[in-house]
Amino acid sequence: MPLLSVENLRACYKTEVYGISRQVRAVDDISFQLEPNEIYGVAGESSCGKTTLIKIISGNTKPPLCVEGGEVRYEFGEHSVDMLKIGEKEMRELVRWKEISYVMQGSMSVLNPVRKIIRTFEDIIQTHEGIPNRRVFSDRITAHVNKLGLPADVLWAYPHQLSGGMRQRVAIALATVFNPKLIIADEPTTALDVVVQRGVLQLLKEIQAESRNTVLFVTHDLTVHANVADRVAIMYAGRIVEEAPTETIFHSSRHPYTRHLIQSLPVIGDKTCKPGLGGTPPNLANPPSGCRFHPRCPEVLEICRTVAPPMTALNEKHRAACHLIKESGK
Amino acid sequence: MSETAKLLDVRQVSRFFHIGGLLNGTRIIAANGISFFLDADKPEIFTLAGESGSGKTTLSRLLLHDLDPSLGSVHFEGQDLASIKGRRAGMEFMKKVQPVFQNPFDTFSPLRRVEDYLYDTAINFGRARSRKDAVPVAEEALHLVGLSIEEVTKRYPHELSGGQIQRVSVARALIPKPKLIIADEPVSMVDASLRMAIVNLFKKLRDEQGVSVIYITHDLATAYYISNRIAVMLRGYVVEAGPVEAVLDRPLHPYTKLLKESVPKPAPEDRLSWAKRIGLSTTEVKDYGKVGCKFAARCPQAMDVCLTADPPDVAADGRQVKCYLYSTKAN
Repeated sequence: MPLLSVENLRACYKTEVYGISRQVRAVDDISFQLEPNEIYGVAGESSCGKTTLIKIISGNTKPPLCVEGGEVRYEFGEHSVDMLKIGEKEMRELVRWKEISYVMQGSMSVLNPVRKIIRTFEDIIQTHEGIPNRRVFSDRITAHVNKLGLPADVLWAYPHQLSGGMRQRVAIALATVFNPKLIIADEPTTALDVVVQRGVLQLLKEIQAESRNTVLFVTHDLTVHANVADRVAIMYAGRIVEEAPTETIFHSSRHPYTRHLIQSLPVIGDKTCKPGLGGTPPNLANPPSGCRFHPRCPEVLEICRTVAPPMTALNEKHRAACHLIKESGK
Repeated sequence: MSETAKLLDVRQVSRFFHIGGLLNGTRIIAANGISFFLDADKPEIFTLAGESGSGKTTLSRLLLHDLDPSLGSVHFEGQDLASIKGRRAGMEFMKKVQPVFQNPFDTFSPLRRVEDYLYDTAINFGRARSRKDAVPVAEEALHLVGLSIEEVTKRYPHELSGGQIQRVSVARALIPKPKLIIADEPVSMVDASLRMAIVNLFKKLRDEQGVSVIYITHDLATAYYISNRIAVMLRGYVVEAGPVEAVLDRPLHPYTKLLKESVPKPAPEDRLSWAKRIGLSTTEVKDYGKVGCKFAARCPQAMDVCLTADPPDVAADGRQVKCYLYSTKAN
């Protein structure tokens, strides 16, 4: 049974200033499922709706963001949760951090700069379970941090005393205290350089392999997905355009946008010319008609300009939304 | 080789920073004895690569005459940068060396139209007398980066995409017709689909306009793709420098090896080698004060000698490498 099913989710940002209302549809008709024990990668350029999608599935829908339709349903073994209808009390007691936790992009803004790391752990455990015995608490946190390969000293440091990679690993330690079923990682390594990035992602993978939870991994860097994710979904302008196992995405993708992204990745040892993609990223307040990729697509057909392509299943695990698939299938 | 045949000549440049109080402070050596040069008649893209805190940005500021070196000197077309004094000489220098910065949205004020920057640059550097004269100059520069004046007129920075505005930033740098562009992480804020367009632009400038580029980055994959030579930096030192094919195809220094290995490859079938466990440095400041090779604590091939003194610069296999493994003394 899938851990999370998202069905036809549509959401937009509604703003009204001086009587002029504006709608930005950041998530448009997205459906996908997360299985237990997998790393699901979401890729896409900035302002394609990745973060909005995360906000909704983690239950942080606040104005101006509002959900227009669809379903977000979790199955946590004993109980199932409808994320769009859940109350704040239930959310805090049963779901947030216990079943779903997140690792954010800027760990500096997650950790309180004037409090030691251990105080942040205290806050979280106090809120969700309470701390009856401080000794047991401190032993538990030390054991947890040591298990992740971090020295216990980090608990007594202030965030600014740690390097960026260390802070991000502390953020991962925070996210895994209660061993949640789903960890959402939003660009966890974007601000780090390659060596540190490798260390942080190794930690994330080790935790996943050991506790067999699900990781929803969001980053625009496809080379990271190649090394981390089991399945990858490519988003463009608020829609998923292709979803497949990582090998399929890299070797036999069908959507022109995915193919372009893969082809343009520079590789050490290859000096052949890699073309950039022309045009500009779409404006979600006024998205292009039909297929939203059509103004930049090198293989555009007449139908693409007017009709949005439906999601087509190519096999059990591979689906893509492009008119070319139907053309070549004939 | 005569003095004037070198466009940029960096000679044993060091820069120290003092952090902390007067008595208990420490000295950070952000650049330590760095030497390299660029030929005047052979435009090239020279990459400075390294992790955060390796001194890349300090070095770029030294080259831009924004900081003065503590030791050593930087010569541009035979002239010592330390001898540039006053506004006029400074302008003459800026005409020839132009920067491109990391975050294009920080480069431009959000309250000013981007075209104004182009016109101001043209007027300040004497390419135009008035705003009216400046229009064709701006148009020419924009054309070089693949934009048209219509795309940027009356636009504020937030109205342009990240890739467009970074190209405007390059176009602005091109207006004084510089001989050298110093680009500090120009693509790290740009989306994957637009990154190659910017990188290709630097390549085009080198090949068609004869502009040399110092490309500062931590992204080895794009560095390999565009550059001719590369210098890998670690904690203020250049640990390995040479033609990019030699250095990145067959790295010699253990740090370059680690760096190359850590670049994620777009090949899911090779992921096991990337997942091999590596050690990470915890505090960065401590490393600067250490005696000996700065990589020794993390190096899989560290020897006793590495902890005692700085390794020598050794010429090996067509490049220069700072490591005891390749010095004849240690063998």
